[in-house]
Amino acid sequence: MHARWKLFWKYRYLTLMIVPALAVLVLNNYLPMFGVFIAFKNINYIDGIWKSPWVGFDNFEFLFTSGSIWRIARNTVSYSIVFMIVNLLLSVAIAVAINEIRNRLLAKTYQTFLIMPYFLSMVVVSYLVYGFLNPEKGFLNHTIVEWLGKSHVFWYSETSYWPYILTIVSAWKGVGIGAVIYIAAIAGIDPEYYEAAVIDGASKWRQIFHITLPTIRPVIIIITILNMGHVFNSDFGLFYQVPMNSGPLYPVTDTVDTYVYRALKELNDIGMSSAAALVQSVLGFALVLLTNASVRRIDKDQALF
Amino acid sequence: MLRIASRRENSISPLTNFVLNGGFIVLALACVLPVVLVIVVSFTHNDSLLSRGYSFFPAKWSLIAYESLFKDYGTILRAYDVSIGITAVGTLLSVLLMALYAYPISRQDYPLRPFFTFFLFFTMLFSGGIVSKYIVFTQGLGLLDNYAALLLPLLIVPFNVIIMRTFFQTTIHPALIESARIDGAGELRIFVRIVLPLSLPVMATMALFSTILFWNDWFNALLFIRAEDKYPVQFLMIRVLNDIQYLRENVQLAAQNPELMRNLPNESLQMAMAVVGMGPILLVYPFFQKYFVKGLTIGAVKG
Repeated sequence: MHARWKLFWKYRYLTLMIVPALAVLVLNNYLPMFGVFIAFKNINYIDGIWKSPWVGFDNFEFLFTSGSIWRIARNTVSYSIVFMIVNLLLSVAIAVAINEIRNRLLAKTYQTFLIMPYFLSMVVVSYLVYGFLNPEKGFLNHTIVEWLGKSHVFWYSETSYWPYILTIVSAWKGVGIGAVIYIAAIAGIDPEYYEAAVIDGASKWRQIFHITLPTIRPVIIIITILNMGHVFNSDFGLFYQVPMNSGPLYPVTDTVDTYVYRALKELNDIGMSSAAALVQSVLGFALVLLTNASVRRIDKDQALF
Repeated sequence: MLRIASRRENSISPLTNFVLNGGFIVLALACVLPVVLVIVVSFTHNDSLLSRGYSFFPAKWSLIAYESLFKDYGTILRAYDVSIGITAVGTLLSVLLMALYAYPISRQDYPLRPFFTFFLFFTMLFSGGIVSKYIVFTQGLGLLDNYAALLLPLLIVPFNVIIMRTFFQTTIHPALIESARIDGAGELRIFVRIVLPLSLPVMATMALFSTILFWNDWFNALLFIRAEDKYPVQFLMIRVLNDIQYLRENVQLAAQNPELMRNLPNESLQMAMAVVGMGPILLVYPFFQKYFVKGLTIGAVKG
């Protein structure tokens, strides 16, 4: 035991270096982890978090009988899966195509344009979308819809369009940056494979399907599995800012994250929101463990732990 | 010679090349046109907005949106101050703290390495969620309307710490540290004089990640900031959009307050706000995107 302490003492400066970031992790990550107990309490502002009465699983019962939980769970998971598939297909297609562009300078220029949306915040994106969808003056209603001879669409209260709008916005923002990783993976493929294929008379399509795609397959699989770990999470900005928190759209835009936020800040229902947040955290935890285990089976180096 | 020949043979036909380039030009336009629309609207005269709506080719241009934005709106300048301050302080602290954490857990000989590595990893696996965080920050730590609430959540990005750790492990040879120690250098001196200078590329990439993260953050302000003089730019943009939206939707309310209606900023002003918010990032990202892309691919290839 004494020797062990001596060893720790020897490395005390390294431990000292860790302390500032450790403090941040404790305050920002670990305290909220212990704070999940509020989901089992009926919090009121007079008694505060400590003295409010314990209520067991009442908050969860409310949550699961309220009916809206199923709607938000369905929205969250289905959007996650749709975004994942659409963004994956487009990213890979763009990466393969951009690699074939003869002029490398042009290829770099296209890439610069395609990743631009990634650098904009969701608030900026909500303005951009509003530029198109503003019911009175927006580009779509005032130019496209009128040109088609149709009457104006009230975009911010018509639910039917939003699954498409959200998918387009998600792809617009994420596909370019997603492609970057596949572009790097394709750049790493040994050119001799292609040279051999050309000598054997393989067409471009055959090269893509028999060399390019199989070689980047592990990257695709790992990124997909890592994304699977987050299917219970949604991009709060996309579902809250872009539809401008519009009430009539809730049936198609409400996800776990927006629901939790609204229950907390707009309805002041701490019980319900903390219960929903805890369910999300626990399911997310299980999923990340599961996905990590699958990544580990495919490629040990890519696993998180 | 053969290699060059086969490569030429293998490149796509001029027709395919033409079609591909055409496709990419369309995609590039799809990425920039929304931004262009907002910029054009911000320079559009009100008369033109009334007759043609938001258009890429307005009949009449005007600078009035920007004039009023910077004349009446000390708010904007203050929000800029807040955003710049938070971004500068946040980025500096963030890179420093992450490096200080990443270095010890990169050292094979450090006895507490497994524990602190797991301590970091676990935050990527489980989170208390925003409700718990909100209660802890507001009631436990008293961070409502405190700039610390904007800094704390983004200071340590666990995944980026892992990237840094891997970088230290692969580029700084243990023998180098050992020889410095034999020469009598202490741990702190080794870190400052040897490790940091050798790690400038990864530090720069992390600084870029952090800058974007802090500048674009509005979520923490949405949760923790109420005082108007502490709004960062991105959050001010939310308020501007929502307030105008609210007044438009409540025409009755507006009718009862003609004064309010007259002072209501017009659409070009609103879009000028968006331009002011995205401007800095759009101006600088083409220059640093190369490093950003590099950092991103390191992260993806070596987790």
